[in-house]
Amino acid sequence: MTLPQVPILPILPELILTLFGIAVMLFDPFTAKPHKSWLSSLAFIGVLAALAGNVLLLAAEGEYYNGMIIVDSFSVFFNFLFLIIAGLSILASRQYLVREGVNHSEYYGLLLFATVGMCFMGGANELIMIFIGLEITSISTYVLAGFRRTDLKSNEAAIKYFLLGSFATAFLLYGIALMYGATHTTHLSQISSALLTGRIDLRLVLAGTALMMVGFSFKVATAPFQIWTPDVYEGAPIPVTGWMSVGPKAAGFAAFLRVFFVALPALDQKWFWVLWVSSVLTMTIGNTAAMLQSNIKRMLAYSSIAHAGYILVAFAALTPNGIASIMFYLLAYSVMNLGAFAVISAWSLSGERRVTIDEFAGLGYRQPWLAAAFTVFLLGLTGIPLTAGFTGKFFMFRAAINSKLYWLTIIALLNSAASLYYYLRPTIAMYMREPGESGRTSAPQDSAPLQISMATKVVIAVSVLAVFYLGLFPSTILDFAQSSAFLVH
Amino acid sequence: MVPLNYFLILAAILFCLGVIGFVMKRNLITMFMSIELMLNSVNLTFVAFSRHINVLSGQIFVFFVMVIAAAEAAVGLAIIVAFYRNRESLNVDEVDRMKL
Repeated sequence: MTLPQVPILPILPELILTLFGIAVMLFDPFTAKPHKSWLSSLAFIGVLAALAGNVLLLAAEGEYYNGMIIVDSFSVFFNFLFLIIAGLSILASRQYLVREGVNHSEYYGLLLFATVGMCFMGGANELIMIFIGLEITSISTYVLAGFRRTDLKSNEAAIKYFLLGSFATAFLLYGIALMYGATHTTHLSQISSALLTGRIDLRLVLAGTALMMVGFSFKVATAPFQIWTPDVYEGAPIPVTGWMSVGPKAAGFAAFLRVFFVALPALDQKWFWVLWVSSVLTMTIGNTAAMLQSNIKRMLAYSSIAHAGYILVAFAALTPNGIASIMFYLLAYSVMNLGAFAVISAWSLSGERRVTIDEFAGLGYRQPWLAAAFTVFLLGLTGIPLTAGFTGKFFMFRAAINSKLYWLTIIALLNSAASLYYYLRPTIAMYMREPGESGRTSAPQDSAPLQISMATKVVIAVSVLAVFYLGLFPSTILDFAQSSAFLVH
Repeated sequence: MVPLNYFLILAAILFCLGVIGFVMKRNLITMFMSIELMLNSVNLTFVAFSRHINVLSGQIFVFFVMVIAAAEAAVGLAIIVAFYRNRESLNVDEVDRMKL
């Protein structure tokens, strides 16, 4: 008897990440307490190895494992994105974990496992595979959100994310089951051809589509399923919040795009309006609520809701250019947000005691470089020209205009302009206010010079460079995104 | 043979009961059990369809769902235990440190 040959190349990045995730946890007991942070180096090497593995995937395009996994430039692009996010997050967490005294190995292990799930979501060609990838990501994220075990807020973030996340997953799964019943398959391209034959129960398909939409909307935090976001983002440890606001969200969009453009294009006039309304609600709720916040994590949580709304604008364009601009924007948004959270993590004291916007007062004098970088990220998130945020938004809104979505674009532009108000508040606090002015007397040890580790500095520097690179020279990455968007469409 | 619709309607009722339980109940464990009920109603849907159209794949999916539900239960109960240790309560109304 011979065993069937199983190709390992199509899932090489996932395999490498899994092996390194296990290795990180295995080496933990053999590492003396003061040297635990070398585990982060090991995890980082794992991400680099997976990046190398991902390059090999470019030469292996095609469908594998009975069509469950697809390797195309769309999945390769998203693998790159997830690995970049994971690498930056690992570096950004290093100092934070030492400062807060939480376990290292499980943290990095879970981060790598979650990235495995995200890569599966990007490369899934089949609904059950998407479900599995989504759950691998979500289950790891539930734990990461509650990683500061003794902190009540962190507990609360984990509970809320876990309960509402599994609740939404059940909806997604029910949608998959109905879709399976109607079309007799879960393969995306076969669903699409089954829909074209017309010999199917349309009620089941529509119910399935609606339920799947609920599940995806929850994962990418768009209205009316964004309620969990502010609480979870505020309570989770700072580097986890930064990572959550970009990684699982990008993975959610990858699966969302692939399912709706590959499997359900026949119904696009039906789900288009849902996207349109959801987009307007998401942008407006996110931006309005962000203006009222005093906690910077909570403000960026609402900002991340608003950004999901902008992405839906390009989604509703229903064109390959729209998809390409979403892919570009997810990358741009990731580096801006990860950079911003790296700054917050460096500035917040142990126990996250310094996270309100007023407490950024004086950062401009005490840490001019840190303040300058933070300003770049905030301006990028606003969409000021020369930054990645502007270029990304420009491509997304242009795609919407090309599809004659004038009203939606106007609402998005107004929202974008309004967001300047809350993005400027930390900047004003940093440069124009004195530290004691907010009324709170700071403890003497709080004004001690800030220690910023090398790893955090690298993350901030790389993010700043990426913000300007994507803002000034977007063509290389946009061309790649465009070539892959045509495959999906 | 029992018609397909009976199974689908039963599954839909179970799913709705899960949703209602999740929304109405205030105990974390009960809410979690409601989610499990929803997942199991999905399993029933998968099996019913699979039997009806004579394709085995639906029954395989149920195994995946069960395994993932088990993993989720392990993590979820651990999170609930961590919360209980800090607050000595399982009431979801006390998960209220963060408000709008």
